[in-house]
Amino acid sequence: MNAQAPQSAPPSPYSSAVGKSNTESHTLSVLVDNEPGVLARVVGMFSGRGFNIESLTVAEVAHETHLSRITIATSGTPEVIEQVRHQLERLVPIHSVTDMTLLDRAIERELAMVKVRGKGENRVEALRLADAFKARVIDATIESFIFEITGAPRKIDDFVDLMRPIGLVEVSRTGIAAISRGPAPI
Amino acid sequence: MSKQMTGAEMIVQALKDQGVEVVFGYPGGAVLPIYDAIFHQNELRHVLVRHEQGAAHAAEGYARSSGKVGVLLVTSGPGATNAITGLTDALLDSIPLVCITGQVPTHLIGSDAFQECDTTGITRNCTKHNYLVRRIEDLPRILHEAFYVAANGRPGPVVIDIPKDVQFATGTYTHFKNIQHKTYQPQLKGDLSKIKQAVEMMTKARRPVFYTGGGVINSGPAASALLRELVRLTGFPITSTLMGLGAYPADDRQWLNMLGMHGSFEANNAMHDCDLMICVGARFDDRITGRLDAFSPHSKKIHIDIDPSSINKNVKVDLGIVGDCAHVLEDMVRLWRTSGARADQAALAKWWKDIDHWRAKDSFAFRISSKIVKPQHAIQRLYELTKDRDVYITTEVGQHQMWAAQHFKFMEPNRWMTSGGLGTMGYGLPAAIGAQIAHPNSLVIDIAGEASILMNMQEMSTALQYRLPVKIFILNNQYMGMVRQWQELLHGGRYSESYTASLPDFVKLAEAYGAHGIRCADPADLDEAITEMIETPKAVIFDCVVDQKENCFPMIPSGKAHNEMLMADLSDDAGIEIGNVIDEKGKMLV
Repeated sequence: MNAQAPQSAPPSPYSSAVGKSNTESHTLSVLVDNEPGVLARVVGMFSGRGFNIESLTVAEVAHETHLSRITIATSGTPEVIEQVRHQLERLVPIHSVTDMTLLDRAIERELAMVKVRGKGENRVEALRLADAFKARVIDATIESFIFEITGAPRKIDDFVDLMRPIGLVEVSRTGIAAISRGPAPI
Repeated sequence: MSKQMTGAEMIVQALKDQGVEVVFGYPGGAVLPIYDAIFHQNELRHVLVRHEQGAAHAAEGYARSSGKVGVLLVTSGPGATNAITGLTDALLDSIPLVCITGQVPTHLIGSDAFQECDTTGITRNCTKHNYLVRRIEDLPRILHEAFYVAANGRPGPVVIDIPKDVQFATGTYTHFKNIQHKTYQPQLKGDLSKIKQAVEMMTKARRPVFYTGGGVINSGPAASALLRELVRLTGFPITSTLMGLGAYPADDRQWLNMLGMHGSFEANNAMHDCDLMICVGARFDDRITGRLDAFSPHSKKIHIDIDPSSINKNVKVDLGIVGDCAHVLEDMVRLWRTSGARADQAALAKWWKDIDHWRAKDSFAFRISSKIVKPQHAIQRLYELTKDRDVYITTEVGQHQMWAAQHFKFMEPNRWMTSGGLGTMGYGLPAAIGAQIAHPNSLVIDIAGEASILMNMQEMSTALQYRLPVKIFILNNQYMGMVRQWQELLHGGRYSESYTASLPDFVKLAEAYGAHGIRCADPADLDEAITEMIETPKAVIFDCVVDQKENCFPMIPSGKAHNEMLMADLSDDAGIEIGNVIDEKGKMLV
């Protein structure tokens, strides 16, 4: 065997394979041409390269110029997040990619509809909590409510957690939309 | 210039306006109008392949050897799916292609019509970009935009899927010149302050190495010229990836040979021990880095790449410069000259001493035999007997490919066409056809293995139809050699399905196609047989019967570092005990 003995030197500090950094959640705002297949390109890039999508929203934001904004919540090490951004940027129909998490105090909001079933004291408690969270009742029967709540994702998580013991049936969430503060565009 | 014409006519006109001289293709129901438009003119040449995969590889060989965009034309459904291996190959090796696929008429899309497939859906992840043209109004712009996207930035394949009714429809054709794409505008010039910083790092380096790749070739001949100038100015050693061979002349003193899994001992050790790595147009692929956490542990790294996503993807670098190789190298050369920069000569002299010590190992050495043809020897003789000619080399994939990279010396860019990223067996013959079409009077040789060549053997028919004198030089060991080598390394020598028990008689096969066949099994006859091949004015299949047991060394085993190379044991023909070298983690890797 001619191989030299494996080196005992410390692993390269430049390798991304070592120094496992912490996983972070980031929200990316992606401005794209609203053309057929553009969402598939974005989603396919994530699945093809093994990146995470925690939530995704997409809608046209400028009708005349055919621009859509895709807001993606993803998670990974800072290196992975940087790679996600670059891989998005090289897709041809993409105008810009902004990491909202790196912006100063970007605003993130989500809308959820929460169906709760229950009677008696649970009903009263559900309404009381909804009031505290500024959630609106958008449907009611004698044994259920549907609440509409908007806010930061964390607030919705909290609300859903509180509803669980009371009789949570199901939740429908839009995913995160995000925008930067102040007068300038993203 | 605006003119009324049908979609099919627009396609032909746009190709002409783009300066396309040749299209590789295969007709079918969904592209008949385009073939009719081709029939009505004489400027655009069509080369009929025998399988759409062949069309894609031929277009790649044409593109890689000429620096132009390669074009292929295939029908819907199976035509498109057959082309996919070639498109993926072009994506991985950054080869500019435009692939026009026919599609069922728009009103049938989604109905599972005859020969329908979701071409844009299937090719989305194996192309740089793709288009489905639903309206004739969009066709002229998309045709020209496709060429812009394929050729600019990091090159790659682009698919234009054109339904049959759009080909028949009439519309206004416009020649879009100098397309300014609204979103895709790659950065060519590097950040000057970063380039200054790079030059400064280079003057301070004590153990520098240039690590260059296919990006230098893609950037054009100017990039290779500038690279040579910079390397000579600095006096630094240079190594290159498989894809970058030819950018720097292989007979130069500063050349360390190829690096990576089957690269030279000196190149890999220089990479491991360097204190400054200057990566130009390469991408730190796993065949290059070996074990990542032990990759070049003591070096600062500079990475020049036109694709920002390549920087910090696999290996974190200290200085990333986004830009086209030629542009950045030009600035580097200029800054080096004007600033009167000078490398640390004393340190460099010591570094070269280390390198010469590694070089003295002669890691590509092999035991020559008088009884049996050694594959490495066959490549060496092929090189010696063709080196004064205008020669283009393509390869298939496997041991022969590595031996070709190790033993054939490339002096110029665009002379070496091989499937690096995807590792596509069957690439070499169609690529040779494409290269021969681009260079009709040159000597084009496909260095092949007997297993790979059978994957696209049907293209012999294409070669004969167009009187292309391509030479297929088969290193025939009756094994899928690289598979067998890995089975030896990892699976206890259990050669599961890697032996081909029923090979064709390649000489008779050549004759069946109307080509010339040569067989050589005796080292004493080799030179004469190779000369016969070179001098035969038509296609040749050369069946070079070689040592069945020869393995490809040196080798960085999977999961090992650059300084843990396995070397060939020259004292014993039986090979070396390598069964225990690769650990469990390494076995998981490919």
